[in-house]
Amino acid sequence: MINTSLKELSAQLALKKISSVELTQTFLGRIRELNPKLNAFITIDENKSLAQAQAADGLIASGQAGPLTGIPVAQKDIYCAKGWLTTCGSKMLHNFVSPYDAHVIEQFNRAGAVNLGKTNMDEFAMGSSNETSYYGKVKNPWDLDAVPGGSSGGSAAAVAARLAPAATGTDTGGSIRQPAALTGITGIKPTYGVVSRYGMIAFASSLDQGGPMAKSAADCALLLNVMAGFDLRDSTSLERDKEDYGRDLEQPLKGLRIGLPREYFAAGLSADVAQAIEAALAEYRKLGAQTVEISLPNSKLAVPVYYVLAPAEASSNLARFDGVRYGYRAPEYTDLTDMYGKSRAQGFGAEVKRRIMIGTYVLSAGYYDAYYLKAQKLRRLIAQDFTDAFARCDVIMGPTAPTTAFNLGEKSDDPVSMYLSDIYTIAVNLAGLPGMSVPVGFGANGRPVGLQIIGNYFSEAKMLNVAHQYQKATDWHTRIPQGL
Amino acid sequence: MSLNLADVKRIAHLARIAVIDAEMPGYLQQLSNILSLVEEMQAVDTTGIEPMAHAQDLVLRLRDDVATEPDLRAKFQAIAPQVESGLYLVPKVIE
Repeated sequence: MINTSLKELSAQLALKKISSVELTQTFLGRIRELNPKLNAFITIDENKSLAQAQAADGLIASGQAGPLTGIPVAQKDIYCAKGWLTTCGSKMLHNFVSPYDAHVIEQFNRAGAVNLGKTNMDEFAMGSSNETSYYGKVKNPWDLDAVPGGSSGGSAAAVAARLAPAATGTDTGGSIRQPAALTGITGIKPTYGVVSRYGMIAFASSLDQGGPMAKSAADCALLLNVMAGFDLRDSTSLERDKEDYGRDLEQPLKGLRIGLPREYFAAGLSADVAQAIEAALAEYRKLGAQTVEISLPNSKLAVPVYYVLAPAEASSNLARFDGVRYGYRAPEYTDLTDMYGKSRAQGFGAEVKRRIMIGTYVLSAGYYDAYYLKAQKLRRLIAQDFTDAFARCDVIMGPTAPTTAFNLGEKSDDPVSMYLSDIYTIAVNLAGLPGMSVPVGFGANGRPVGLQIIGNYFSEAKMLNVAHQYQKATDWHTRIPQGL
Repeated sequence: MSLNLADVKRIAHLARIAVIDAEMPGYLQQLSNILSLVEEMQAVDTTGIEPMAHAQDLVLRLRDDVATEPDLRAKFQAIAPQVESGLYLVPKVIE
């Protein structure tokens, strides 16, 4: 059951071969057994989950079920869920029981899905290893000495270890794709504006985008159908017709033009990752696709631009955590300024404080033009590179990350080296394009490798098709870590 | 541009993060490292390029000026650190 697709689980629920309560209990049992090793979840509430499962069984019995009714989904702890502790991985929100639902949570509730629990994450989604969480590191189920990636590392580990049939993530600079790659699962970050950010705790608002993380592209399509949609309460939510992201899954790939950016295969890419990517590209050629070399000449600027824009937006977004209306307040202080300063110094972890301070600096008087405005201009050049590239290809492919999962502690003392693990994913956020990661094998150390697929704006259905056809021809996505 | 300890102190104050003196050199080092990473931007000529604030060219939506949110004060204040008679309490600001 733990390796069964969402479509098949849904069919079994409809045929009453299994109930949602039984399904939920199975996964809660796995969480009870394996979460102590992985630390993938921050909050589990069996009663709440089972009550939702019971309600779902009612819907199924009365013939009102949709494709996700009764399916347990683990929710990244960045999504506010009414009555659930919602920490965003931070001490700052250690006591924040959300009074309302994020749009994404509402959508899953409406679909009759079961909230299986809140998954661990880098604090305020700032990190690429899940080591910045106040609630402890998440471990990679393929190797407990390795990081699961981040920031959606809890969701990634939960799906990889089959503690959940599916999960949600968010992606500001690679936070869905990089952990998906490092744990051997499938994840997609949609075009900016497709999934509402309402109730999704903000990090860098012009880059943040929610998306699904699951065992396969077909499962991601079903999840995205529920997550996507216009929402008035997010000022950047796009008003578009509802679409079925699974509509093109079965299209053949004959004639597909795959662009290979030469900058993504240059120095810095480890040999074992390159080898797995080449093998995947060979498989695509067998499926009838052709590859063409392209260039994204401003790629090397993506990391510098991101580390100006994302901290700038974060410093503004995180100003709301001041110890007044919710969250952590320092126990002792002398006056209001001291209360703000101490609450924030004690409530935020080191990486969050670094980014707030960098953001504050680049926005401060005298530096705005040299940093913030400069970065926004370069952002346009980076986005233009993709527009030019898509004139010559249908999708772009390359590695999701330059290496397989690194060891716990390996980069945690060197923020800049950590930042460079996102060199291939960040430009996609800056451009606002959709990107996904698909498992394509293993590196020399037995840790998973992810292939990144980048599509043009609103081409999610096409990308899922491209990923699905590969997954029909290969079985990497069905592999499960052994020996947990 | 390189930072010094006075800059870090000023940034910490602007960010309302109480940084104790012992932590200052660490922050100075780390923030300087990040700034050298982003320094690469300065090598590119961006004359005449329109800044890109956002992935989509969106126009802010307008709506009728009517209340759309119900009164949730009690619910929101139930999770606040300190409230009294419907007000959030903070240390005295005006003597």
